[in-house]
Amino acid sequence: MTLSKDWWKILGVTLVLYSIIAGFLVPVPELRVIDQSIRNLFFHVCMWFAMMAIFTVSLAYSIRYLSGFDIRQDILAAQAVNVGLLFGLLGIVTGMEWANFTWGAPWVNDPQLNGAAVSILAYFAYTVLRHSMDEDHKRAKVAAVYNIFAFVLLVIFVGILPKMSSGSLHPGAGGSPSTVATLDNVMRLVFYPAIIGWILIGTWILNIRVRYIRLKQEADMNA
Amino acid sequence: MLVAEIKHLIVKDVRLELKQKYALNGILLYVVSTIFVCYLSFTHIIDAPTWNSLFWIIMLFASVNAVSKSFVQESQGRQLYYYTLSSPQAVILSKIIYNILLMGVLSLLSLIVFAALMGNFIRNMPLFVLSLLLGSFGFASVLTMISAISSRTNNNFALMAILSFPIMMPLLITLMKVSKQALESNSWDGNYQFILVLMLINLVVVTLAFLLFPYLWKD
Repeated sequence: MTLSKDWWKILGVTLVLYSIIAGFLVPVPELRVIDQSIRNLFFHVCMWFAMMAIFTVSLAYSIRYLSGFDIRQDILAAQAVNVGLLFGLLGIVTGMEWANFTWGAPWVNDPQLNGAAVSILAYFAYTVLRHSMDEDHKRAKVAAVYNIFAFVLLVIFVGILPKMSSGSLHPGAGGSPSTVATLDNVMRLVFYPAIIGWILIGTWILNIRVRYIRLKQEADMNA
Repeated sequence: MLVAEIKHLIVKDVRLELKQKYALNGILLYVVSTIFVCYLSFTHIIDAPTWNSLFWIIMLFASVNAVSKSFVQESQGRQLYYYTLSSPQAVILSKIIYNILLMGVLSLLSLIVFAALMGNFIRNMPLFVLSLLLGSFGFASVLTMISAISSRTNNNFALMAILSFPIMMPLLITLMKVSKQALESNSWDGNYQFILVLMLINLVVVTLAFLLFPYLWKD
């Protein structure tokens, strides 16, 4: 592990550790109902930001594959979807945990929650699509087309539609004010580094997955 | 040139359809049977939200059935023939327009049958018909693109359903919201942004299909 190549991995781990420790120690504003569980903001929301970042990476590699037909871009796109799904599932689990405490039930009928579920389902469908084809380049092409199609539509559906609906429990939608905009300055000090830290960790996981897949492919070819 | 190609492809599809009447009759039968089952299972007059949900569920499954046939019908040899003749953009646009026409006709007919059997709860008819048409256009365009994607695999109907449901769900939720408004009140307030979003979705899907289909076509 050399410092010049892997500095970002160490930075990622440091930032996440900092966010975990500071997250539990900083003073938080006293809000009714939410109380201390507002600290979950450093974990739950970071998961979604990291997921969005990694899905954007996957989209970028899908577009690059369609312009160059280099199979390595396709491997990156596929693995990025896998890592993004991991973060998405973690986000849903942390959200359910939080919801159970503040709203009384792990899942409610809310546009943002439905949007989150739909996007996870769409990327699972991407994985199913990839498994249904055998030839490398055909799979890569079809999967890339579906990735771009689903991403654009999901940005519209999941990003824009919940903002238009009113009366939502979830912060950031039409009904309630966004907690990110009204964030306390002290919390911001923990929140922003946490996002960067989790994105770096996600990139590290992606890096390892891609290297593993490449090595496996080389081993298969040489066997 | 492109417009002429599209026109000829649409005319070809419509002529085939009018000759065999396979898709139209098949889906119409499917829709009427489903509505009849609903009629038999609901012994009393149901309330407006249930009416709405039932109608949209029937529309959803009917459109998945209707559009899934669009890329399956043609055999491998004929696909190659089309490939040499026309540009991929013309093919996908003509299929989308044909499916839009098909879904438009089917949705209006199923609305008539549904209202006849299950009672008419609609207060704001123009708004409901507008949302119905926009919705069926949306379904048609999304499903045509998904059908194109899944036609490159082993052509499983299950795969097409899996691919399309996550994308159709938010569209469905929006449509249900707008049509519920149409059932409950006569006013148009508060719906403009949803109508705009529905139109935007149609535009975006058609543009995406136009840009992405050439990559699927080459093989």
